[in-house]
Amino acid sequence: MRETAGERWGRRIVLTLLTLFVVIPLYVMVTSAAKPLQDVQNGFTWWPSRPTLQPFVDMWSTVPLARYLVNSLVVSSVAAVCSVAVAIFAAFAVSRYRFRGRGVFSVTVLSTQMFPGILFLLPLFLIYVNLGNATGIELYASRTGLVITYLTFSLPFSIWMLVGYFDSIPRGLDEAAQVDGAGPLRILFRVILPAAVPGVVAVTVYAFMTAWGEVLFASVMTDEGSRTLAVGLQGYSTQFNVYWNQIMAASLVVSIPVVAGFLALQRYFVAGLTAGAVK
Amino acid sequence: MATSTTAPDADRREPRAGSPAREAPRRPRGPRRSLLPYLLLAPAIVLELAIHVIPMVVGVWMSLLELTQFHIRDWSTAPFVGLENYRATLDLNSAAGKELLHSFWVTLVYSVLSVGFAWLLGISAAVVLQRPFRGRAILRALFLTPYALPVYTAVITWSFLLQRDTGLVNHVLVDQLGLLNDRPFWLIGDNSFWSLLVVSVWRNWPFAFLCLMAGLQNVPGELYEAAAIDGAGFWRRLRSVTLPMLRPVNLVLLLVLFLWTFNDFNTPYVLFGGSAPEQADLISIHIYRSSFKTWDFGSGSAMSVALLLFLLVVSAAYLLITNRRRDDHA
Repeated sequence: MRETAGERWGRRIVLTLLTLFVVIPLYVMVTSAAKPLQDVQNGFTWWPSRPTLQPFVDMWSTVPLARYLVNSLVVSSVAAVCSVAVAIFAAFAVSRYRFRGRGVFSVTVLSTQMFPGILFLLPLFLIYVNLGNATGIELYASRTGLVITYLTFSLPFSIWMLVGYFDSIPRGLDEAAQVDGAGPLRILFRVILPAAVPGVVAVTVYAFMTAWGEVLFASVMTDEGSRTLAVGLQGYSTQFNVYWNQIMAASLVVSIPVVAGFLALQRYFVAGLTAGAVK
Repeated sequence: MATSTTAPDADRREPRAGSPAREAPRRPRGPRRSLLPYLLLAPAIVLELAIHVIPMVVGVWMSLLELTQFHIRDWSTAPFVGLENYRATLDLNSAAGKELLHSFWVTLVYSVLSVGFAWLLGISAAVVLQRPFRGRAILRALFLTPYALPVYTAVITWSFLLQRDTGLVNHVLVDQLGLLNDRPFWLIGDNSFWSLLVVSVWRNWPFAFLCLMAGLQNVPGELYEAAAIDGAGFWRRLRSVTLPMLRPVNLVLLLVLFLWTFNDFNTPYVLFGGSAPEQADLISIHIYRSSFKTWDFGSGSAMSVALLLFLLVVSAAYLLITNRRRDDHA
């Protein structure tokens, strides 16, 4: 099928406009991270008057960025790994067994994803505070509390995507293993998981990104010691000076790992969406 | 069928003859076997109960209490007031009720516009990237980047662009193009709504693009060949082949995007630093601010529950209407 000249020009125009829309903020982020402070305090410039890597050095001392970074890393990694572990077992049950309550479970879990976060925020805040007062278990303003909260946030979508992946693995493989005397867990770990590695990796990255980017609960459920990047980055602009160059440098540093991970695995997200219910 | 309430197309993918993966899962035999699925689900169920279901029930209960700052540290002392919080916050004659209604309208307009534009950009990109050409993979990765960025870095960057004196937007509009004489404020006043909308579209359209791209991969190429042989031009193929084939994707995508933008907290919170101007006072921000400013969690919970009920009604109506239309077509 040949492309007409009109279609070709239409495509070029659409792609140019979309590219500009997407690229301009990214360009500003990258170039402003290399600007000296006076460049971002006066009028905007397209290019640094004197390109410098100083913001990448200064950003660590203006706010305790290293602490925020460690908090975010710990919380997001632990939440991601736990979330995926829990999701693997749940997805295995939903994909391979018919049982009473299967439909109710799937619907309930997915619909919680759609509820407003603010609905959970006030009760959870109150539960964490009161639980701490009553039992001494510190969930409020602690990394443990954040981990538990975040891992539940990514759980519904992780289960959903993994069910899609597991469904696409032929049941004949399970049965062959069963004939060889393998039990359910052995089937899960020796047959299904090895075939679903891309899906599991994609879901892990997704869970990590969810925790890494969460703002609402981080803004309420953390104190100075447990603060994550989502809230910590705002520290640059509440000072007397607004260090836009350092903000951009810090934004760049905390963005690159998740963007790289997402882009490297985008193929599998598309596959996961196709395998899941969106199809 | 129970699953049709969230995934209207779940029933479509079940039967597919001849594919071994699609056979009905085997029915467990014996009492030990039948417990196994529940054991596998137990951790997920416990977590969902602890973080989603119980807090939701607690939230409903909180909305019936006079839960002000004096009772937050020990909620057992809070007096039960029945529907008083609902009466006070939803009373449209009071100042609080008027503010809530205003915030509701702002959020509704914001969501409809944001979802509309996000979908439009998503479908445009998905269609023009449908056929392979050199550089397609790079553009695809580039277009997904706004969605891959942590939401706060994306929004902080935009707030830099929108600064009155040091931002790119005013530099281009005022200094370089000379379209405006005065430097407008983008983050306060009437403009703040449009700033919020642009940032939200920038951030969300790649998700629409990703889903629509996945959907287009399932459209058989022969359909386009056949349409082209019949003399169908670009718009005709879009209307008669692409859009009908994407209908199942669109049904889910539009609802999900709508619920996400309606509940959006992150974009306005980061863009306006927690004090959203009245023109961009989205409902989540409104509830958050009124709860933590006055420490009146009872009223905050009442507003949250009302919000949830509204969204449930909208979602149910949407699913009912779209399911009925699908039955008519079938």
